[in-house]
Amino acid sequence: MIPKSFTAATSEAGVAEIRRMIARHKTWDWLFGLLGTLALLFATLVFAALFGQMLINGVPHLSWEFFTSFPSRRAASAGILSAWVGTVLVMLVTAIVAVPLGIGAGIYLEEYARKNLLTDIIEINVTNLAGVPSIIYGLLALGLFVYQFGLGQSIAAAGLTLALLILPVVIVATREAIRAIPQNVREGAYACGASKWQVVSHHIIPYSLPGIMTGVIIGLARAIGETAPIITIGALTFIAFLPPSPFSSPDHLLSFEWLLAPFTVMPIQMFNWLSRPEEAFQANAAAAGLVLVVMTLSMNAIAIWIRYHFRKKIKW
Amino acid sequence: MSSIFPLKHAGRALPAMPARPWQASPAQRIRRRLAERAIETMLLLAALVAVFTTAAIVAMLVWESVVFFRSVPLLDFLTDTQWTPLFDDAHFGILALLSGTLTTTIVALMVAVPLGTILAIYLSEFAPFRVREVAKPFLELLGGIPTIVYGYFALFFVTPLLQRIYPELPGFNMLSAGLVMGIMIIPYVSSLSEDAMRAVPMSMREASYAMGATRLQTALFVVTPAALSGLASSYILGISRAVGETMVVAIAAGMQPNFTFNPAEPAATITAYIVQVALGDLPHGSIGYQTIFAAGLTLLLITLLFNIIGHVLRKRFREAY
Repeated sequence: MIPKSFTAATSEAGVAEIRRMIARHKTWDWLFGLLGTLALLFATLVFAALFGQMLINGVPHLSWEFFTSFPSRRAASAGILSAWVGTVLVMLVTAIVAVPLGIGAGIYLEEYARKNLLTDIIEINVTNLAGVPSIIYGLLALGLFVYQFGLGQSIAAAGLTLALLILPVVIVATREAIRAIPQNVREGAYACGASKWQVVSHHIIPYSLPGIMTGVIIGLARAIGETAPIITIGALTFIAFLPPSPFSSPDHLLSFEWLLAPFTVMPIQMFNWLSRPEEAFQANAAAAGLVLVVMTLSMNAIAIWIRYHFRKKIKW
Repeated sequence: MSSIFPLKHAGRALPAMPARPWQASPAQRIRRRLAERAIETMLLLAALVAVFTTAAIVAMLVWESVVFFRSVPLLDFLTDTQWTPLFDDAHFGILALLSGTLTTTIVALMVAVPLGTILAIYLSEFAPFRVREVAKPFLELLGGIPTIVYGYFALFFVTPLLQRIYPELPGFNMLSAGLVMGIMIIPYVSSLSEDAMRAVPMSMREASYAMGATRLQTALFVVTPAALSGLASSYILGISRAVGETMVVAIAAGMQPNFTFNPAEPAATITAYIVQVALGDLPHGSIGYQTIFAAGLTLLLITLLFNIIGHVLRKRFREAY
């Protein structure tokens, strides 16, 4: 786009026109900056509306009793005891399964894998799994864990489902953290006679730990809020009891009966209250949603903080 | 792991050194090599879990769908416009569910694509460093909110808001579900798009500035075209996410299968149908139980298609420079 006046830039009028053109384009620049700011503002407003609405409806219902009561037919006395205990136990199973598998797979792909067909297949599968809708994992779990393995609608089945769901998140975070470690760290260790596993366990894992932790926390935060796969495995929504305590067994130190116990989790409890016609239960749903959002947001915030903090600290 | 040099004994009487202290005994060497092998195998097995998961998903969905398609002809499944598998007069037309999925997805894209793109251009080319440092984690947080909470927001905030403008709008409708879903995938679209724009080399921007272009001209006519395949991949991955989204539509769009493309009507999506069936108590092995696997297979194929296109596009923008 060459303005007509370009050749006449030396003339007084030409200079004035070029000045006007520059001003016009600068206005467009400014307008787009405004547009971007407005878009950001819109996102902020949505967040404020979402959070504010739950605060207004949910806070009056938040009390100590809300956390220590079972769900009930009466909205006023219903609480989330079985839900948060269920969430904690399911997350325990998820973390125990997903963290070692995810880190192991990430280490394998970055440090051990040779460039061959098998590696390509694994990599394609990891990227592909990250894009599979969560409800599909629920269908897999319904067929495989619930019926084939006979785990039933249990904590173990839910934990395994969510573990598979967040596995790609942990793998990708591990790989990115490992890739950020400069090659000379490895070369230095090998030069001292370290074996592959010594390099990995003494150097690679410790240096990539902040990145891995970030991924694990983000993955778990996602798992806490996942509703669809848990509904799909057919988890009951009215659970007014706790799973058997791991310390209840008389002859063993720890009992694992709770793994096969029926359960409910926070999002399921919230969904249950949401789908009730009575207005009073909507306040319960708001309160449960508030607890859920605070849980996931604080986990995400911790993850972001870890990443930010260590990015500043590590200087290769 | 035994150390070659017995450092633990420092300060005390050292034990007699072997003739060549740097050489491990053959037995030690074999043990070490075995341990290394064992660790590598274990790590490989961990990586193979991803492959097994994919295989299990495909096998499970295909297995149950094959049984389903034995009693329901594929042609009926693809052309019938009614989906009433649990009625006496059972119809199995996936189109009734696909229309819901398509409509909510289009509404979501109409929100997410413009806003996500504007945010990406703004954050990558315009925003001051400080704004970016705050805005990026903030958007990430928005993406981390559980989808059921977005569903609550759609049903109890956005729908009443829309009803004020348009009073005839039913309590369950695809419009509010789609709008909220769009807001939900903005962070996804904007972060992938921004990555693509960041990958455009600085020299191209500098060349553009040197020619006298303004920031906006550089962003729109240099950076955006260069990052186009990356932008397209972010939209397509956004589509795949919207298609697979469950809780927002299950809560806010209703669960009644309805062959319509009018966003002001309630309709069930594929995902909402699966939720609805799972909430009931269907016996394992019944035709109703098999329908959710057939619906799931359809869903998987759609998202797979979009994911493949998205990844091909993304590879292209990575290789461009």
